[in-house]
Amino acid sequence: MQPVAAPLWRHPEFARGARDMVETALGIAAWGLLTGVAMAKSELPTGLAVLMSLIVFAGSAQLTALPLLSAGAPLWVIWATALCVNLRFVVFSAGWRRYFGPLPRAQRLRMAYFSADLNYALFLRRFPEPPPLSDAVPYFWGGVALNWLAWQLPSLAGIFLGDLIPTAWGLGFAGTLALLALVFAMLGDRASWAAAGVAGAAAVAAYGLPLKLNILVAIAAAVAIGLLVERLPAAPPKGTP
Amino acid sequence: MSTWEGILAIVGLALITLLTRGFFLFPDRDLPMPHWLQRGLRYAPLAALVAVVAPELFLTQGRLIDTWRDARLPAALLALAWFLWRRSILGTIVVGTAALLLFRLGLGW
Repeated sequence: MQPVAAPLWRHPEFARGARDMVETALGIAAWGLLTGVAMAKSELPTGLAVLMSLIVFAGSAQLTALPLLSAGAPLWVIWATALCVNLRFVVFSAGWRRYFGPLPRAQRLRMAYFSADLNYALFLRRFPEPPPLSDAVPYFWGGVALNWLAWQLPSLAGIFLGDLIPTAWGLGFAGTLALLALVFAMLGDRASWAAAGVAGAAAVAAYGLPLKLNILVAIAAAVAIGLLVERLPAAPPKGTP
Repeated sequence: MSTWEGILAIVGLALITLLTRGFFLFPDRDLPMPHWLQRGLRYAPLAALVAVVAPELFLTQGRLIDTWRDARLPAALLALAWFLWRRSILGTIVVGTAALLLFRLGLGW
């Protein structure tokens, strides 16, 4: 028997976590669909594509692995590549530890597996400082559940309807627009503006790096600049001598 | 690649998802992390988002675009204006995508 307690999804923070994800979910769905279509058009058999979507659950790693799988690359090459593409998650996991460190390991890892990029971004926006776990955990699962559905359903649709969906335009751009809006929703103090500006420049300048390592370069540059700008003396408030 | 090799590759990829997303959540003991680094990690998700968006807007085939007659630029600007005005992500996507199609199909940018 489970201990008698209200189910997680009844908690108001669960609903809030899902609600905060609703609008962004459209962008996630666009990318999920795109990834599904890419899997359908690769040489991966449909069954394996479904398996990949359901258990790998990491779009950029999947997209990078597809051509390697088709080309029959050695397993270690495929895995090492995915590891590099996923390195940003290692950085995020250090952030999650602040919030979920006290939970048992099995629960921490279950949560980590489902935590995608946008979950971390939205979670930090909701809780800049760690709240009680009784709020943090349901909020987390609310956002994660919606994100999972918004990714997996379009991804599966893409796998099965691949040829019917035009990839030429619009779809990928829709995902980019959702992220663009989210970026501007997250911008606040000048340190965050500086961090974002530097991250953008670094990501473009380092785009030639393989394995999406430009994202890691951008994160490192943004963290450094953010910390630096935080330390600059604040501008004198307006209206005071 | 045989089916079994494919399954093995995919199971390995799933474990890599768990390994990377859970990396600092595996150990039970708290990791000594300098305070400044913990603060700095606040900028990581923002930076990761920008790092995905910026190349999508400013690069074509890995090169910086050399013309302003690129449908993505006005579309992104209009979408951004809409977002700052209405704060709706849904509207942002609709406006930006519509603008992209208009500039592409209407003006051939």
